[in-house]
This record gives sequence, C-alpha cells and structure tokens, in this order.
Amino acid sequence: MVQFIIRRLFLSIFVILGVTIVVFAVVRLSGDPTGLMISPDASAEDVAALRHEMGFDRSIPLQFWDFAKGAVRGDFGDSLRYREPAFSLVTERLAATMKLTVAALTIAICVAIPAGVISAVKRNSIWDRLAMFFALFGQSMPVFWFGILLILIVSVQLQWLPSSGSNGPRSLILPAVTLGLYSTARITRLVRSEMIETISQDFVRTARAKGLRDRVVLYRHAFRNALIPVVTVIGIEAGGMLGGAVITETVFAWPGIGQLAVRAIFNRDYPLVQAIVFTIACIFVLINLLVDVLYAYLDPRVKLA
Amino acid sequence: MSAVSTPGALALTVSESRTSRITGWRRIWHSLLRNRLATLGLVILVVMSVAAISAPLVAPYDPTWQERSERLVGPLSRGENTDRLYVLGTDPLGRDILSRIIYGARISLLIGFCSVAVSAPVGVLMGLLAGYSRRWIDDVIMRLADVQLAFPFILLAMAIVSVLGPSTRNLVLVLAISGWVIYARVVRGQVLRMREAEFIQAAHTIGCTQSRILFRHMLPNTMTPVIVLITFGLASMILLESSLSFLGLGVQPPTPSWGGMLNDSRDYISKAWWVSVIPGVAIMLTVLSVNFLGDWLRDMLDPREQQK
Repeated sequence: MVQFIIRRLFLSIFVILGVTIVVFAVVRLSGDPTGLMISPDASAEDVAALRHEMGFDRSIPLQFWDFAKGAVRGDFGDSLRYREPAFSLVTERLAATMKLTVAALTIAICVAIPAGVISAVKRNSIWDRLAMFFALFGQSMPVFWFGILLILIVSVQLQWLPSSGSNGPRSLILPAVTLGLYSTARITRLVRSEMIETISQDFVRTARAKGLRDRVVLYRHAFRNALIPVVTVIGIEAGGMLGGAVITETVFAWPGIGQLAVRAIFNRDYPLVQAIVFTIACIFVLINLLVDVLYAYLDPRVKLA
Repeated sequence: MSAVSTPGALALTVSESRTSRITGWRRIWHSLLRNRLATLGLVILVVMSVAAISAPLVAPYDPTWQERSERLVGPLSRGENTDRLYVLGTDPLGRDILSRIIYGARISLLIGFCSVAVSAPVGVLMGLLAGYSRRWIDDVIMRLADVQLAFPFILLAMAIVSVLGPSTRNLVLVLAISGWVIYARVVRGQVLRMREAEFIQAAHTIGCTQSRILFRHMLPNTMTPVIVLITFGLASMILLESSLSFLGLGVQPPTPSWGGMLNDSRDYISKAWWVSVIPGVAIMLTVLSVNFLGDWLRDMLDPREQQK
C-alpha cells in the first residue's frame, strides 16, 4: 500500500510539473506576452521597459525556472488589473467555490445513489424508466441553460429563491442544483449499471442461496461491490465540477474563482489567469490522488496492476 | 466502461461483416428501427442537418437583420409594423429567432463535426502508437494525456482562446485538443489487449510489416469502441461549443450561435422567456438525439453491454 501511494505521489508531482509547463506556455502561445499586457499605442520604450520588468527579454528556460520557483511558493506576480498578488486573490475566493462544489456534490450523491440502486433493483419498472429518462436529459442539458431555466421558474415566476449573489444558504440552492445536475445524471446511470452487473454475479447468487434476506444481500454484498467504480467517478466528477463552476458562477454571479477566471480572461490579466489555472489543476490532481488511494483501499486488486 | 470488450468477439464481428456486408447494413437498420429513441434521435438530427445545410432556403428571414421597431415580439405573433410572422418570436435586437436557430444549427453541427473529425483520428493514432510501441513513446503520450486531464477542460480552453483570440477556427482547434485523450486511452487499451492475440501473432509469423499489423490488423479491431466514443464525443463537443459561446469565448457575433443567443438573452430573462428558452431547447434536442444514437450504438456493438 505504501509503495503504491509513493508511486502515485511521484506521478502526481510529474503531472504538476507538466501543468506548470502548460500554464507557462499558454501565455507565450501568441509570442511576446508584453503585447497582451500593454495598450497598443504604448511607445517602444514602454514596451521594452515592461519586457525587462517582467523578465521576457531573458531566455525561455530561465523564464520558466523563475516561473516554476514562484509557482511553488504561490507567487505568480501581481494581478495586472487589481494590483494585488494574484495568488491571494485566488485564495480569497476559493472558499466560495469550494462551498458551491461540496454542496453540488452532496446533492448529486444523495440523489444519484438511491435513484441508481432503485432503478437497478426494480429494473424496467416505471421508476427505472423515469430515472433513466431524467438522467439522459440531465446529461444532455447545457449547464448554463439549466441555470437560466431555474432562475426563470424558481426566481422570476415563483419568487422562491434569489437568482444571484451569495447571501445566506438560500442563495446557494439554485447554483448547487445547477452545478450538480450533470454529475447526478452520470452517477445515477453508473450506479444502476454497476448494480445490475454485481447482482448478476456468482457471489450474490451464493449469498442468496445461503438464505440471506434480500435486503442483506443487496446492501451488504451487491451495493458495496458496485460502489467501487462509483467512488472513482465521484472523484472525477468532483474535479469536473471545478470546471463547471466557471459557468455556474457566471450564471448566478457567485463570487468564486470561476467568476474571477472569466473576468481575468476578459481583462487579459495573465498573472491571475495563471494563478487560477495552476491552483485548480493542483486541487484536481490532489482529488485524483485521493481517489486512487481510496480505490486501492476499497479494491485490493488494484495495487497489483 | 462502454469501451471494454474482448478482441475475440470484435474480430468475429469484423469478419462477419466482411462476408455479408449487405445483410449487415440491413441488420443495423432493423436494429435502429426497433429502438424508438434512437429512431427519434436520427429523425431529429436529419431534420436539423437538412435545415442547417439549406439554411438560406429554409430560414424565413435574414438572421442578422435587426427590425428595431419589433424587439422582443412573442412567439407565433406578427410584427405590428412589418406584418412579418415570427414563429419563435424576436430577440432583444428585433432579430427573428427561428432564422437564428436555423443558422445557429449550421455553426453548432459544423463545429461539432469538425472538432470530432480532427480529434478522433489524432487520438486513435496516438493510442495505436502508445499501445504498440510501449517504451518511451507510450510514456510520453500517456503522460501528456495525464497532464491534459489534470485541467478542467473549460479552463484550458478559456485560457487558450483568450490568448489566441476567439474565432471559429480557434474554437475547433481548442475542442480538438481537448478531445483526443479519450480516444488515445481507449485505443491503447485495445491494442495492449490485442498484442498477445493469436491473429496478431499469426500476422507476425507470416512476416507482416509492423505498419501492416498496426493499420490492417489492429486498427479495424479498435473501431467498435471508437465509433461509440465518436458519437458521445460529438454530443460533448456541441455542449462545449455552446458553453464557450455562452461565455463569449466561442463563436463571435454577429454570427448566430445557440450559446451566443443564450448569452444575449441573460438580461431579458424576466421580460421575455422565449429568448432564453428556445436556444436551450435547440441545444438540448441536438445533444439528446446524439446521445440516443450513442446509447443504441453502444448496446448494439458491445456484446457485453447487450447481455445486461
């Protein structure tokens, strides 16, 4: 187990190095980044001064070394727009995004697992058909449109919940439901198919043959085994939600890093963009690492592979 | 999940289809007609594609013409001044929504198809190389995939588009970059499984060149999961395109796109529901249809799934 964790840890560090290279490279895709940071009518001297100040006149490997050194310490330079360290702008807003993501994930798990299990156990029943119908819709609906529909119905027509901002728990409901929609659909479908597969396996038949009650067989034997791949997908979904948060936060004016990211990109605020992308990627890698370890713990066969 | 099946079974289906191609097509057609949702999906997609291709003939009005005196006219009503019939109403700038939906279908479908057409072959080739070569090529390709999967895609896309500038070409590029990984992973898995298969060893023994083994023997046998992936890939590309256009990073105005239309509608949610509902319905119907077809294809092509 320890060896497995160490190997995965090394892989994660490697991936983060790759992430650093990509984040560094993206801003240089267009050639000289000073052109992106300064107004087009700046004088040649101004451009040269900025180039020197930002270190763009040095060799690429040297620039990367400086960037990587900074990134490790959370130093991405000052935001061009807010004139504050970019990384602290990110950390300030991280909590809001985390709150939204955790809420969405909770909703997804609480809805999807019962729905999936019921669908599998009562296969081809009306509940199964309904659940699968909604799951397919959930996977086909654009996140932002679902958010707009919720605002239209729940906020504008019924006036039950606020449509934007973050004042108290009531304002969390709509964004969390919106962000959780896709994952709910995906996890429901997965739980259903995994349950159907485990129910048809030999050890479940053996448990039944032993004379165990249906409920015991279902929850002690089938469900626990079906859960293993589900844990992985929940992890992937948690990471994916960080991306979905960008859109959801824009729709609901939720003050998280997603909204900050959109603004930073429109403002061409590259230090901020780099800080956001790097932070999210690191969280993402961390979640994946946790999921892998959890997976190996749940299913000892994985370690051997 | 959807992509795992035994190479033996795949080899069988391939050889079967070679001997009886006509009955094969007929069998597929029958299987499609038996699946009501898939048939519905196909019908919707065909109608949309025909409308998209013949947009100038089908669309009632110019999608960019702004009838300033007839803004936010409700669906199924006539304009007060021009007596034009607005089947789906007009948007905040007085443009006919139906015409914009039809022209928007062009963009959505075109970008979806193009980005899949770029990402699938690249991904398949990468997967073949990674699976067959092992050693360092495998490592490089798979670590590249790991790094790419370490980003939420939408963020990477936003960063790239913000540097390169938003345009339809850049959008296809970004979507293609995002898409290749899944094909590469699945194809690599298939190839690894197949390496030890008897028909590959036989090909080695009779002296086939490596490229022949790779492209004539292995490639056709990876196609089953790839076809399914392409279908679902198309659905997710259309969704991503609309998301990016919604954020203002995709298709640029005045070109009508469904995501862009939703973006324009945001300030008018409380005044005119149709402006924000209709483009969303268009996106959802398209994606739903593609998913119906994908589900059917997966069930039909994957013997393991069929047993369930």
